[in-house]
Amino acid sequence: MNATAARTWNVWGGLITLATIACAVVWAFPLYWGVVSSLKPEDEVVRPYIELWPETLTFQHYVHAIFATQIGAWYLNSVVVALGVTVICVFTSMLCGYAISQLRFPGRTALWWLILASFMVPTQALIINHFVLVAQLGLLNTWAGIMLPQLIHPVIIIVYKQFFDQVPRDFREAAVMDNASEFAILFKVYLPMNWGVTTALSIVCFIWTWNAFLWPFLAVTKTEMMTVTVGITQVNDAFGIYYARELAAAVLAGLPVALAYLFFQRRVTEAITLSAGIKG
Amino acid sequence: MLKDRRSDILVALVLIAPFLAIYLLVFVYPTIQMFRISFTDAPLIGAGSWKGIDNYARLDNDPMFRRALWNTLYFVLLTVIPGTLIALLIALGVSRLAGRLQALVLALFFLPYILPVSVVYLLWDWTLNFQFGIAMHVLDWLGIARIPVTKSATWFMPAVAWVTIWWTAGFSILLFLAGLRTIPTEIYEAAALDNASRWTTFRKITWPLLRPVSALVLTIQLILQLKIFDQVYLFSQGGRPNDNMVLVYYVFQRAFQQNQGGRAAAVAVTLFVLVVVVSVFQFQLLRFAERRRQ
Repeated sequence: MNATAARTWNVWGGLITLATIACAVVWAFPLYWGVVSSLKPEDEVVRPYIELWPETLTFQHYVHAIFATQIGAWYLNSVVVALGVTVICVFTSMLCGYAISQLRFPGRTALWWLILASFMVPTQALIINHFVLVAQLGLLNTWAGIMLPQLIHPVIIIVYKQFFDQVPRDFREAAVMDNASEFAILFKVYLPMNWGVTTALSIVCFIWTWNAFLWPFLAVTKTEMMTVTVGITQVNDAFGIYYARELAAAVLAGLPVALAYLFFQRRVTEAITLSAGIKG
Repeated sequence: MLKDRRSDILVALVLIAPFLAIYLLVFVYPTIQMFRISFTDAPLIGAGSWKGIDNYARLDNDPMFRRALWNTLYFVLLTVIPGTLIALLIALGVSRLAGRLQALVLALFFLPYILPVSVVYLLWDWTLNFQFGIAMHVLDWLGIARIPVTKSATWFMPAVAWVTIWWTAGFSILLFLAGLRTIPTEIYEAAALDNASRWTTFRKITWPLLRPVSALVLTIQLILQLKIFDQVYLFSQGGRPNDNMVLVYYVFQRAFQQNQGGRAAAVAVTLFVLVVVVSVFQFQLLRFAERRRQ
């Protein structure tokens, strides 16, 4: 490559880099704009021109959201439901993934195909019968009712199976020689060797459940039993529209998952790539 | 040895039992019930009498069902290919960066994906607000008349499609980045030695090697967008949901607002079959790609 060609190549490269960064800033702008608007007094929010920073910085809308709405109760509901689903789902998937990966039993292949096939089932199509089922169990408007249909993420089993498959056979044979039970092998050998994947899957399972909308929206009719995700869109102030208040509620609802992502960035991206069937 | 084997089976049974119980309760049973009540005139809760294929026959000249089907396909058209292309472009840009800058830029593009749909809705409802939304200021600068986006029959779907692309692109970007990382740098070095232009390098190296990932992203997007509901529902609040009817919304309306479980189930079965057919196609495609790689 001669010098001129190299220089134009670099100029173009620099321009592409700049364009990428500019796009990223524009892309994330609505996030910034939402947060900034929630920190302005209501009369500043509706000014006919753009102010990128509040003239008077105020937390009044957050105070309002926390003390004058039911967001505290919704938060509790979301935390309980998301934690409950995460613990039950990850634990049962781990057990099942271990059995399929390490044990030989009749029906193993059939079970594996059943799990693969369930990928295709659109849960949105099952809302009617989920509702009937949960109503018959008397679980509408309860935490258990919101959790029940969300307890299955087949992909978690598949990821666990792949990771358990990769554990060298020597570890297993050594444990079997020591007369360790299957449970001991799972909890003392296989699980500790895969803490990374367990953490990653737990974080994304928590995020998925926190973000779920359709089912929690159907399963709950009482405002005090709503999850945050549903509550902030279903309960409006009775008199007039307060944009900044709505945005403050939105920021509060998004904060836990945004923080979970920012703290565990690598784990989250790893788990999400894994869940699409690509080995990271 | 025989005793060992029997205890092995017993242990396996204990290990898979919790999963299997939940699976049968929330997957298999509701699926069977959905098919069953789609042949009855059952209300949302309660028994109905057998109607044969009546509910399906009625779909044929149900204008609302047609609109729901058409709008769903329109939404798929507006999101799947444009969204994948945008994600690919972003991924190509991000992959050129390195270190902390790359992590930061990726985080800016990825953050929306991690947020709940209701937060995304509130952010964009505010951004697109007819009176005060910042997007309207942009239209003013460009000298274009303001558009009440979410209240306009023409602009509703494109706007919701754009919001959906903004919301979900992070996921596709991540998959494309994973795909780009598997391409060995030696190939690019060889191309640079041959004085290959940027465009030739992309066309002859990057794109062919990315094709399996692109197929994956496209089909995941396709299946995801067929099941569209949340955003359409939220943006239609206080508007005219019937103009923006999509399949899942129609299931919801028939079952939960008109108390017609049987007729809603027929729509649900249609959606179910549609998604299963596309998924089988996707599975075959992936297997094909896998075989070609080996």
